[in-house]
Amino acid sequence: MERRHLPLGGRLRGPVTLLALAAVPVAVLAVFFVLPVVGMVGRGFRPEGHWDVGGVLDVLARPQVHRVLWFTVWTSTAATAVTLVLGLPAAYVLHRLTVPLRRVVRAALLVPFVLPTVVVGVAFRQLFTGPLARLHVDGTPWAILAGLVFFNAAVVVRAVGAAWESLDPRPGEAAAALGASPGTVFRTVTLPALRPAIVGAGSVVFLFCATSFGVVLTLGGLRYASVETEIYLLTTNLLDLQGAAALSLLQLLVVVALLLIGARTRPMRTSTQRAPARPRRPRRGDLPQLAVTVLLLAFVALPLATLLIGSLQVDGHWSLANYRALDSTGSHQALLEPATTALNLSLRIAVDATLLALTLGLLVALSVTRRARTRGERRLRGILDALFMLPLGVSAVTLGFGFLVTLDRPPLDLRDSPWLVPIAQALVALPLVVRTLVPALLGIDDRQRQAAASLGAGPWRAVLVVDVPVLWRPLLASAGFAFAASLGEFGATSFLARDENATLPVVIYRLLGHPGAMNYGMALAASCVLAATTAVVMLVVERLRVPSLGVL
Amino acid sequence: MLSLREVSVRYDGSPALTDVSLDLPDGQVLAVLGPSGSGKSTLLRAVAGLEQSTGTIAWDDRDLTGVPTHKRGFALMFQDGQLFGHLTVAANVGYPLRLRHVPRPRRRERVAELLALVGLAGYERRLPGTLSGGERQRVALARALAVEPRLLLLDEPLSALDAGLRGRLAADLRAILVAAGTTALLVTHDQEEAYAVADRLAVVRAGRLVQEGPVAQVWQRPADPETALFLGYARVLEGAPAAAVLAAAGVGHAGPATVAVRRSALVLAEDGPLSGVVAQARATPDQVRLVVDVDGVGEMDAVAGSAAHPGPGEKVRLRADQDRLSILS
Amino acid sequence: MRLRALATIGVTVLLATTACSVSTKNDSGPDDTTSAPVPSGSTASAAPKIKDVVLVTHDSWSLPKKLVAQWEQQTGYHLVVRSNGDAGKLTNKLVLTQGNPDGDVSFGVDNTFATRALKANVFAPYTPASVPTGVSGYDVEGDGGQHLTPIDHSDVCVNVDTTWFAAHHLTPPTTLDDLTKPAYKNLFVTPGASTSSPGMAFLLATIAAYGDGWQSYWSKLMANGAEITDGWDQAYEVEFTQGGGKGKRPIVLSYDSDPAYTVKGGTTSTQALLDTCFTEVEYAGVLTGAKNVPGAEAFIEWLLSPQVQAALPRSMYVFPVVPGTPLPADWTRFAKQPTNPLTVSPAEIDANREKWLQQWSDVTSR
Repeated sequence: MERRHLPLGGRLRGPVTLLALAAVPVAVLAVFFVLPVVGMVGRGFRPEGHWDVGGVLDVLARPQVHRVLWFTVWTSTAATAVTLVLGLPAAYVLHRLTVPLRRVVRAALLVPFVLPTVVVGVAFRQLFTGPLARLHVDGTPWAILAGLVFFNAAVVVRAVGAAWESLDPRPGEAAAALGASPGTVFRTVTLPALRPAIVGAGSVVFLFCATSFGVVLTLGGLRYASVETEIYLLTTNLLDLQGAAALSLLQLLVVVALLLIGARTRPMRTSTQRAPARPRRPRRGDLPQLAVTVLLLAFVALPLATLLIGSLQVDGHWSLANYRALDSTGSHQALLEPATTALNLSLRIAVDATLLALTLGLLVALSVTRRARTRGERRLRGILDALFMLPLGVSAVTLGFGFLVTLDRPPLDLRDSPWLVPIAQALVALPLVVRTLVPALLGIDDRQRQAAASLGAGPWRAVLVVDVPVLWRPLLASAGFAFAASLGEFGATSFLARDENATLPVVIYRLLGHPGAMNYGMALAASCVLAATTAVVMLVVERLRVPSLGVL
Repeated sequence: MLSLREVSVRYDGSPALTDVSLDLPDGQVLAVLGPSGSGKSTLLRAVAGLEQSTGTIAWDDRDLTGVPTHKRGFALMFQDGQLFGHLTVAANVGYPLRLRHVPRPRRRERVAELLALVGLAGYERRLPGTLSGGERQRVALARALAVEPRLLLLDEPLSALDAGLRGRLAADLRAILVAAGTTALLVTHDQEEAYAVADRLAVVRAGRLVQEGPVAQVWQRPADPETALFLGYARVLEGAPAAAVLAAAGVGHAGPATVAVRRSALVLAEDGPLSGVVAQARATPDQVRLVVDVDGVGEMDAVAGSAAHPGPGEKVRLRADQDRLSILS
Repeated sequence: MRLRALATIGVTVLLATTACSVSTKNDSGPDDTTSAPVPSGSTASAAPKIKDVVLVTHDSWSLPKKLVAQWEQQTGYHLVVRSNGDAGKLTNKLVLTQGNPDGDVSFGVDNTFATRALKANVFAPYTPASVPTGVSGYDVEGDGGQHLTPIDHSDVCVNVDTTWFAAHHLTPPTTLDDLTKPAYKNLFVTPGASTSSPGMAFLLATIAAYGDGWQSYWSKLMANGAEITDGWDQAYEVEFTQGGGKGKRPIVLSYDSDPAYTVKGGTTSTQALLDTCFTEVEYAGVLTGAKNVPGAEAFIEWLLSPQVQAALPRSMYVFPVVPGTPLPADWTRFAKQPTNPLTVSPAEIDANREKWLQQWSDVTSR
């Protein structure tokens, strides 16, 4: 068969396939992210109907804004540094040494990441005003730092640990044979090799810290304001959309800057190499790392334990009454529907959100990892890759209100759609899914696809034969992530939750807001149920043993 | 001098190396030869201290058990992937010198010396990612030699290179090792490489040491048929065919013999004692390679000078070259 | 082949999970039985009735299910509740969606936010046909009940744990000034004005009490170790000694109705300081651009009915605006109301809110 139109078709085929694959995710992102955010920010630029860019820029000159920006930057930097310092030894211990129960521990470390911030705030406050009151940490920035580290430790451990697992041991062995002590080997060989993973994890942690809302609010005791809490205040209380728009722009700038830094240091190609070194038994020289890991685990376990203990106590006695009460609507009718209904709904929404996130994530990952033949295509790929990370860096307030404000007219009258919450959650989980699938796809040698093609397999058949077998594990793992993230999502959901149908985190928040000792106990019990569900899901994900998770 | 006594290594319960004992005198190069999976890399790693082993590994009669890798003074070289990608060539080669706190001017001198030694003068500022495979191996060699190690351990150093480069680099490697007087342990599955670089040869199979000795000796007297085949002998003959070939070579031998025959042992000769019919003929740059059905022996390889053009089906006469035979027993 | 088996299993799992999907629920969102919205004021004979009445409110909304069911049976309407956020968030949501609102009727905009909503034209003009006497006393200044109908009121006051003070042999404070006395150092907790509406109410109370000197009052308060939390729930549940979390502070900012909820063995362990109170009134109104105006109007009328007014204390911890409504026994005994609460006019609040909050933030942050 003659291929008459190859020259032009061949040159266009690359970018066209790229765009076709990416079309659906880009459309979803455009409608459910870009549109709402632009709508809200646009309102800030056009108060009273005419453009006022100067007004927005004036906001940026306010001293309050500088204070808030400085606070956000220094807490995020400090939290990132502490998380890295604690997380690196833990990553080593949990991924390079054969310690007992390491899979359980790795799963347990992820639970804080998906707990609603509301719950964590309560747990930490109980801790800092109760057993740890002697530390006088309550209400200081140190409490906020503790909360931020609690949430983000898992990111560093997983990302750096995965990279460490697949590190080529040979340069290290050669260095040791040349006379470098283990410490010198770590400093001069291992650390430089891990730098892309460390920078990647560090930038994601920085992003999470900079946009952290619940932690700053509940642990900072209102004395401290970050960019995120300012946006919340300006939008929901003061209705100062100009100010909110200015701060949202700042946030976007930070995100973009981080993405650029991350892209520079992230290696685009993962090299094929021999089977990585197997984990070995701990030796006496590993004692400091083991000690740090135990410290980190204790730090993560304490608040969770506080929650558990609180949920099992009624009026000072041990009792399961709080758990039994989850079937009711709380004392003084705090809820419109029982908490068990909310759990049911949360699970179903999580299923929807997960399916959405997986489908979109797969399409994005596939389009981003196609072999780029031209420089233009490569740049397109890079832009697409970065685009889907944006939802991580935008305030939930902006997104939530933006939905209300822009999706209210046909053809996009989606305010009443039951799909709004799953879509919002899927957008937040999407970056995690993409970051899991992309390294797995990049690790597939393109020659396998070429071999399949030469054997007569069309492009889709080749994908089936070559990509799918490698993909199904990371797919299941990212499904687990997305499911857990959706279960615990609170920010966007709390803005979009409508009528009697609330998810469990929203219900927990409501229970905390209604007086009555039973309500408080129920809130703790519901939090424990949420944490347990998440832990189970994460354990299943761990069982799939996906070694290269990239940056989450 | 390196001495190994009853060294064994087990991975997850299954033995990788069993009771290996050998000696390597100073200044000599020992090649450990064996097929893939025979345990030769394990032997190297055990000597380097990267694997737990039982038995004794001693240097100059001092037991090295419990001495960590970085204190043994043995340099390692792999087939690739060992250079530090984030450092320049000069920084790579200077790394061990920096570890020993050699002052910078002296360090720079030594790096230049070493790069000249391996034929890469002027490559100081290059990054490993920009070098070819052969150049990277040379840099690795320079780095390993930088501190004049007591023992140089090479793990299939030339396997990743193409054939022509391999030959050249093997010769260079030998010259450098001899010039520097370095003791070296080379692990490889390629006998050509072993012959080109080593003074002594050790053959390993299924985790056990099968034969050890000077190269010529091992080559001329393989311990058993499998070793002979691994060392490049084409066929091993027994019984009547063996006797016939021996007789044709003019070698007397009492009783039944097992003979290992090289491909170039039988040569086309007008007046040779053996006769046969040509089954295949193929021309190569140096000679013509034949497969001949020899009377009383069977199908054998043979060679002829480039001038001769025997075709399939022709009757030919052959003589046997006794230097290319080896009597195993 | 294994691939095919895996694919079959995968598809089955997929189908099973979509059965669990949220979209198989069929009761979220209103379904119009007519296509055209009914314009307000039109004669009922021409257009058929829309069944759903969508209420947009804050997340403290609560009425007994039986009561709602009764109303639905009587009128044939179906109530759909959209509750989200607090009064401030509610108001801002309504302002942002003005003209194309999320529902038909809103309940929960209070006197501190009413002016903002009225200025943005959020509410359509409507006054119930028969407003009970006494209710109009709670109307928003300047509106005269034309757009917003008062439904309930409560007072935000400082509450103290009387049992704690008895156990520590201390006299509990009684006035705002007392809170700055060294005897009460590190004992007071309040939600913040910028993130909580009772917190905002407290700030307004201090502005009403001290006028321009309110900032120095707050500096003294902070110097006396006052704790600021982000929400009422934190202050009450976690920090207050009588809250669920058994906190350490016996003086908390809360409501005048709270003493009715800490009753144990016939007496209450908390008391509201009636000289520190600020009144909050909650209003209901028909939203401009609502799809179901008759339904919205019927709803507001129903909120003023005796059954609903009587149910307000138990379900939403607020006092009914209709005078003479019977209160629960505990309330009459323990929930005392202030005679002279502190007030600030809604117009003033609207004009100065941002400035006051800014100044408040400055004084309270360190």
